[in-house]
This record gives sequence, structure tokens and C-alpha cells, in this order.
Amino acid sequence: MRNMWIIAKKEYISFYHSPIAYVIGVVTFLTLGIFFWLQIDFAVQTQQFVPDIRNILDILIFPLFFLAVPVLTMRTISDENRTGTLELIMTAPVRDWELVVGKWLGTYLFILTIIALTWIYPFVLNFMVDPGIDQSLLTANYLGLSLLTAAMTAIGVLLSSLFKNQIAALIASLGVLIILWIISAPAQLMQGIGADLLRHLSITDHYYETFRYGIVDLKDIIFYLSMTVLALFLGTRAVETRRWR
Amino acid sequence: MINVSGLTKYYGVNCAVDNLTFNAKKGEILGFLGPNGAGKTTTMRILTGYMPPTSGKASVGGFDVIDQSLEVRKLVGYLPETVPLYQDMRVFDYLKFMAELRHVSDVEEKVDIVLEKVGMVERSESFISKLSKGMRQRVGLAQALIHQPEVLILDEPTIGLDPAQIIEVRKLIQEVGKEKTVLLSTHILSEAQQVCDRVMIINKGHIVAEDTPEHLQTRMVGSRRVTVRVAGETTPAIAVINKIPGILSVKLTDNDAIQFENPTDKDLRPLVAKALIKARFDLLELSSESVNLEDIFLQLTRDEPQELSPSDVNKLLAEEPAGINKNEKEGK
Repeated sequence: MRNMWIIAKKEYISFYHSPIAYVIGVVTFLTLGIFFWLQIDFAVQTQQFVPDIRNILDILIFPLFFLAVPVLTMRTISDENRTGTLELIMTAPVRDWELVVGKWLGTYLFILTIIALTWIYPFVLNFMVDPGIDQSLLTANYLGLSLLTAAMTAIGVLLSSLFKNQIAALIASLGVLIILWIISAPAQLMQGIGADLLRHLSITDHYYETFRYGIVDLKDIIFYLSMTVLALFLGTRAVETRRWR
Repeated sequence: MINVSGLTKYYGVNCAVDNLTFNAKKGEILGFLGPNGAGKTTTMRILTGYMPPTSGKASVGGFDVIDQSLEVRKLVGYLPETVPLYQDMRVFDYLKFMAELRHVSDVEEKVDIVLEKVGMVERSESFISKLSKGMRQRVGLAQALIHQPEVLILDEPTIGLDPAQIIEVRKLIQEVGKEKTVLLSTHILSEAQQVCDRVMIINKGHIVAEDTPEHLQTRMVGSRRVTVRVAGETTPAIAVINKIPGILSVKLTDNDAIQFENPTDKDLRPLVAKALIKARFDLLELSSESVNLEDIFLQLTRDEPQELSPSDVNKLLAEEPAGINKNEKEGK
């Protein structure tokens, strides 16, 4: 347990030495900023609607999905493997799960930091609209995003543990995340159990259908948590089997 | 401290380590000598709990490397062949991280001590990516020493260092080896000769010889060769030397010198000198050829070793130099 925190702390701090992490932070922040400005400007010009924070947070999913999670998780374990530092960790008194969970936790906390930075937009918006924004809706949105990110990061770490090459890990996690996003699309044309299953498997539906509308459902929380645990379990297994190869 | 018996490791169909058995006592520096691909790194990786053996048993400090892997890893300090460092970390932070993983108390103090030991104090705030190869090697060594391990396993610790640093690192290893067990691999023979209490020569996963460096040397010599040069006609001198009791064989070498075989238990050089001078030869040279570990190493690792028993090793060690040449030809 202690080792997990030590590894997480090292991982978290290492992002502050990484130019890529800054680029991702800035891109995320700017993307949201542009849409924030568009939203306000459009509302002011048309005088037709009240700016909705959800429209801005919807955008946040894109940099998270296509940039932050795959890029920040790609080197977590694959790079240790490539540079040989994995040998160092694996010959220190560290359990395999402590390494995998520690890596995930450090990366997750860093992505959460980026997500936390975006709170500036609802904070500002709160002063611009009357009577302020719905704070419980906002909380549900951020909670949903955090849970979604936890699961995505765990998948990224899992795929990083399978590859020695970080670019391979990047592409693999992008692929898997996209599939888990669009998997529910065929469900629109289907009926019965198959459609339900596909909908249930979609990593984004559990956010878009509930958290986005301020609904906090235990079912969705359990889905994200079990996805996270499963991915981390498989990641640990992948590191373990590395010993036997 | 280290007990290995019947250790075997296959990578797919390739056998890297074949039925290896050896022990290392507390306070002993054991040298692991062998050409590249002999199975040194594999054995070390098994001992440090990085990978399990295909079969056989290994234990460190009484703990089994498979069943009590975590206990073993606590005892062992390990410097892998490719020094594993986080390029984006500062030296101090890196060592602090390693110390924390090892649950060392007074982390910062311990880091300072170990930095002092490897002579890296003034570079403690440098990023590892900015360090030279020798410096990285020293940081790697510092990492292996940080928790004052009972057993130190070093995979080619002096590779990439300059001569001054090599001497320093060897001194450091010898110092650590006074109280702790050190297993070190190298293919530099003089290093094994200088540093180690005991040397194991390993080739293709087998131990081909195991003894103290001195013993290996005398065993190799078996009969010592002595070269004699006299002024003028050489051939009559052969007859003189041949008469001396105890001489095993005498022959004329290509460059007009006489070479005789001297049994190891008795030095016949004074007798030879007296006899030659008595027979009115002008003695120019009388030199004993010392065979070093290099020769033993080459001889032992050149041939395909089949299940060698200690007596076979002795025989092999005592083999005539002509035998080496013959084998070399056969090898080609």
C-alpha cells in the first residue's frame, strides 16, 4: 500500500517535468476557452438562450479522450519496460499490483488536476447568469467525468503494460477507447438483450445518459469502478506474466 | 547466503542456464566470469526475483526466490546490466525514490551517505539525462547500496567507467564485501582476479571451473613451463638439462630457446642454472612463464563443455598448450 503511494507520487510529480503534460493541459484549457467564449458570445448576440455549462463540459470529453488519457498513460509501464527501470521496480520489494495501481493513481490524479483547472469556466459563468448555475448539476457532471476518466486511465495503463513501444500503446488505447465509445451506436438498430448489452458496455453512455442530466445512479458508479478495477487487475496480470516470458 | 542448486532456465527452446549449482558465503565476493551470453545475467535475474527459473532451487539469506520473493528482494541490492535510471529525474530525487521504495528510514541522510560513497555529491541536483555514462553507472551503484543490503548483486559494475573510476568502484566493492555478500559478473578477467575471493567461470550455462583466483592459476599451470636461453649453440644444452632429475620434458622452441616442463611442487630453476654454468654455457635467460586467468578463461570457454566433473576440469586445466592449439583447430 505504501509503495503504491510512493509510485503514484513519483508519477504525478514526473508530469510536471514533462513538456507533453503541459501541452495537453494548455490545449485542454484553450479548447474549452474557445467554446466558452463562443457560447457566451452567441448568447449575448442572439439573446435567445441562457449559456449552459454542459455544452462546455461536453467539449472537455474530446481532449480527455483523444489526448490526455492516451498520451499520458502510454508511457506509464511501456517506458519502464523499454528503459529497463521495470527491472529495478520488479526487483525492489514492490508487489506487481502496487506498481500498476500506483502508476494509474499518479496519472489519474494528474488528469484530475487538468479537469479541476476547467472549473474556472463554470466559476466565471456563475457570475454571468442569473440566478447562477445549478451547482448540483455541475457536481454531478464533474463526478461523472471523474469516474469516466478513472476507467479510461485504467484502460490506458493496461494497454501500456502490454507494449514495450509507447506509440503502440498510444494507438492501442486510442482504438480501444473509441470502440468503447461507439459500441452503443449499433444498438439503435437493434432490439432486445443485444442492444441492452451494447448500451451497457459503452463507456460514454453511462455519463451522457445520466450524470450529464444531474442524475447520480449507483449503477453507473459501479460500472465505472468495476471497469477501473478490471483493467487494473488485467494490467497487474500482464506485468506478472512478463516475469514468465 | 546464496544457495543455488540445479538451476535451469530456458527461453523457449534456448537453454540459458543449465543445472547450475553454487553457494556464496557471508562476507564473500564471488566473481561470475564468462563470455557474453554465458548465462550470467539470467542467473542474476533469477536471484533477484525478476524472473523465475524453469527448474531448480535458489535461495538468498534462507528465503526462496520464488516463494518468498519479497523477502529476498528486501535483502538484495541489484545493479542490472543496463543501468536503469529515470532520465527525467534529478540524481537526488531518484535515489530518494529508490530509498522510499525500500522503506529506508532517514531517507535524505542515507541518500547523502551513499552519494558520498560513490563520489557524486556535487552532481546530486543534476538531471540524470545530463550525466555521463560513468556517472550513471555510479548512480546505479548508489541505488543498489542505498538500503545497505546484505547481498549485493552487480551485473558488470565497472563497464563504461574510466580507469580511475574503475579502481574506485573496485575499492568500494571490496569494502562492501568485507561484511556483505557480493556476487559480481564481469568478463574482465583482471577484475575478477583483483576483487574476488572466489571465481566461477561459466560458459553456455555451465560452471566450467570454480576456485580462488590463485588456485585456478596454479591448477592451470599444473606443470610450469620455463624458458631458457644460452649464448651460442643451443642443442648441446638440451642434453645437459635433460640429465637433471625431475625435469618432465625438454624441447627446442621455434625461436631458438629451450623450454622445459617443471613440476609445480618443486622449482628446478636453480639446479638448471648451476648445471648449465658448470657445463660452461653462458646463461642469458631463465624465465618462468606465468599463466594468468586470461589463458584459463580462454581455454575453458573455447570448448564445448560436456558435463564436466571436477577431475575433468583438473585434466583440462593441466592440458598442454599443444592441446589448446589442437582444440582450436578442431573448433574451426
